[in-house]
Amino acid sequence: MANAGTKNRPLSPHLQIWKWGPHMFVSILHRVTGDGMAFAALGVLLWWLGALAGGPASYATFVSVMTSPIGYLVLVGITWAFFSHMSSGLRHLVLDTGAGYELSVNKTWALICPIVGVLLTVAFWAIVLLR
Amino acid sequence: MGNGTSIGRVRGLGSAKGGVHHWLVHRFTAISNLLTVLFLVVSLLLLPDLSYATVVEWIARPVPAVMMLLLVVSTFWHARLGLQVLIEDYVHDANKLVLMIALNLAAIGGAVFGVFCIVRLALGAHA
Repeated sequence: MANAGTKNRPLSPHLQIWKWGPHMFVSILHRVTGDGMAFAALGVLLWWLGALAGGPASYATFVSVMTSPIGYLVLVGITWAFFSHMSSGLRHLVLDTGAGYELSVNKTWALICPIVGVLLTVAFWAIVLLR
Repeated sequence: MGNGTSIGRVRGLGSAKGGVHHWLVHRFTAISNLLTVLFLVVSLLLLPDLSYATVVEWIARPVPAVMMLLLVVSTFWHARLGLQVLIEDYVHDANKLVLMIALNLAAIGGAVFGVFCIVRLALGAHA
């Protein structure tokens, strides 16, 4: 009896059942950008500080790697991850106050966050490259 | 999973009564990350160039040095809390303990390295 009941029991829906919405996307984006930065951004930060402390020669090595195509790709990725994580993180701080759980409001904020992240990244590199 | 019984706690299951502190410190360090990293971002944009001489002169000044020290402590603390959640969510076997120890070693080691580099620069030992 127990066996038959266990086998035919309806399973609760898991990730693949649900239709993807903006709130789900911004949630996993927050985790990916945050944990990604924990490795990539903090690694580059320590390399930058270590290269500065090491002297002109080690700083020159750091600069030559970071101004290569792959270096720029990493730096743009880090800035995008930061600005995305910042905007979705600010959303979290507001949600923590209990605000923004109405379906339409929640969806709107979830849509805005990744867009703000991309816009701030573009603005940052526009200032860097155009000055 | 343990339900908070005595034996459950002995086995490391159930509530450790530390969740609220973790949650709050994650938020506090989020705010200090926001302040310190934006300080770094704006500073990088305002510096005339990013040559060795310019950056070293900048980071040796009191306010940038202190802000960078706070940045290192805040970001590594925040990252340590975030990666702890990642491990707790996805690793459920004995590797969890290994990863937690590795995470603590890496977070503290990384933060101390960053702090040491900034102090060395700020006190002029690089010259």
